[in-house]
Amino acid sequence: MSDGPQPVIEGFFTTGPEPALLGSRCTECGVYYFPRQESMCRNPDCESTQFEIVELSRTGKVWSFTDACYKPPEPYHALEPFEPYAIAAVELEREKMIVLGQVATGVGVDQLRAGLPMELVLETIPDANEPAGKLTWKWKPVA
Amino acid sequence: MSQDIAIIGAGMHPWGKWGRNFVDYGVAAAREALNDAGIAWRDVQFVSGAATMRCGYPGYVAGATFAQALGWQGAEVNTSYAACASGSQALAAARTKILSGQAEVALVIGADTTPKGFLAPAKGERPDDPDWVRFRVGITNPTYFALWARRRMEIFGDTQEDFAAVKVKNARHGFTNPKARYRKLFTMEDVAASAMVANPLRLMDICATSDGGAALIVCSLDYARRIGKANAPRIAAVSTVTPTYPSAIIEMPDIATDSAVGMEAHSFRAALPRKAYEEAGIGPEDISVAEVYDLSTAAELDWIEDLQLCPRGDAAKLVREGATTVGGRIPVNPSGGLACFGEAVPAQAIAQVCELTWQLRGQAGERQVEGAKVGITGNQGLFGHGSSVIVKA
Repeated sequence: MSDGPQPVIEGFFTTGPEPALLGSRCTECGVYYFPRQESMCRNPDCESTQFEIVELSRTGKVWSFTDACYKPPEPYHALEPFEPYAIAAVELEREKMIVLGQVATGVGVDQLRAGLPMELVLETIPDANEPAGKLTWKWKPVA
Repeated sequence: MSQDIAIIGAGMHPWGKWGRNFVDYGVAAAREALNDAGIAWRDVQFVSGAATMRCGYPGYVAGATFAQALGWQGAEVNTSYAACASGSQALAAARTKILSGQAEVALVIGADTTPKGFLAPAKGERPDDPDWVRFRVGITNPTYFALWARRRMEIFGDTQEDFAAVKVKNARHGFTNPKARYRKLFTMEDVAASAMVANPLRLMDICATSDGGAALIVCSLDYARRIGKANAPRIAAVSTVTPTYPSAIIEMPDIATDSAVGMEAHSFRAALPRKAYEEAGIGPEDISVAEVYDLSTAAELDWIEDLQLCPRGDAAKLVREGATTVGGRIPVNPSGGLACFGEAVPAQAIAQVCELTWQLRGQAGERQVEGAKVGITGNQGLFGHGSSVIVKA
């Protein structure tokens, strides 16, 4: 076990210096999955059971965005007072898919627009048992 | 052979936050529908219930629960669960039973008692459940409504004022509807002054959750003729198609869309009415009134386009012109929609058909769409569920 905050969900992303979401790719038809799909392909024309685990593109472009102004219900654990956060839906070019995530702390909706380049970062979100919180993926405008 | 069935009875328990057992609302709605149909409870041969997941075991077996509450009389029962489309699936089950000749008259029924605030997922640590995953990272239902709304602003140039205009219009429609929960007129300023929930959507842009119950008595055309109701409105289509892989739009409860590598992506919402039009053998130009799932004000605009009532991107213009207001070219949500009702999940799709029934009979009072001949519903929920029902006079 490494020190520091643990992932909020095991196996969803890598935690190195260049973190990436961990998806899977069907070795037969080539489509991607996030969260990972490793037993059956959901393409109705593909019966593959073979998948490789792949790191998804670390960058993409904003498809749409919003924020959470009210504290979500459990299993989200929010600190009091609740700090609103932005959320982005980001289109990944290679995977041709849209992935949701919170937006990095300090970036609000007024700094976002469709098409804006974003990159994946890891930050903590509050946790019921861990005072340091847990690691999750977030989207951040490319500097 | 006609694939139509007749609607001879419609009934609803008023929507609200009554805090009573859901069975009470269902029974009240059923009695009103039976009374409206002029038939006895003992005449019903098939009870098709829409399940609720929030009221324990009786909710999972809603068809039987309502049948027992009304008094066991030997009818066959069925319970459908399809999230927000549960009511339509219950209707589809009744239609199949009637068209196959296994029953002549059926009760379609749904009711719910809802908790306060956000609809939350089931308890426990469940990383294999996409509904749990998205809540764990802070993504609620309004997140999705807001992402769709913002996308309209970015692509079509819609404004928050366009969204507010939908609320003002629906509030005016529902103002005189005795079944609606919120019967109050609102101004653009009222909407703008309400709290921001998920930018660009404010509290008054987003539908609440409500208690409520709705019921329909449906039957074969032959049965309707025999009891002197040959002219009753008819169900001409019930579309409950699934999405087609891969999805083009991020949908609840997923945190990612499908991957469209090497394939064309599809819109789920647009597919639902397409199948309904095909089944009914009519087109969008034949529609005189629509009841759509305005989970948010902006979602109503998406639905108007998905129903093909105007070209993609033009819905806000339609609202600005007053075309979707009662008295306009193509009134949308004359009942007041979810804006005035709030969502009572298993009852909602049935309530949409109740409203179309009253509209087509000319019984909708001040919210009556003059000369309404054909109505369509649009409805969408979690996990690939949705529906579109066409009712014709």
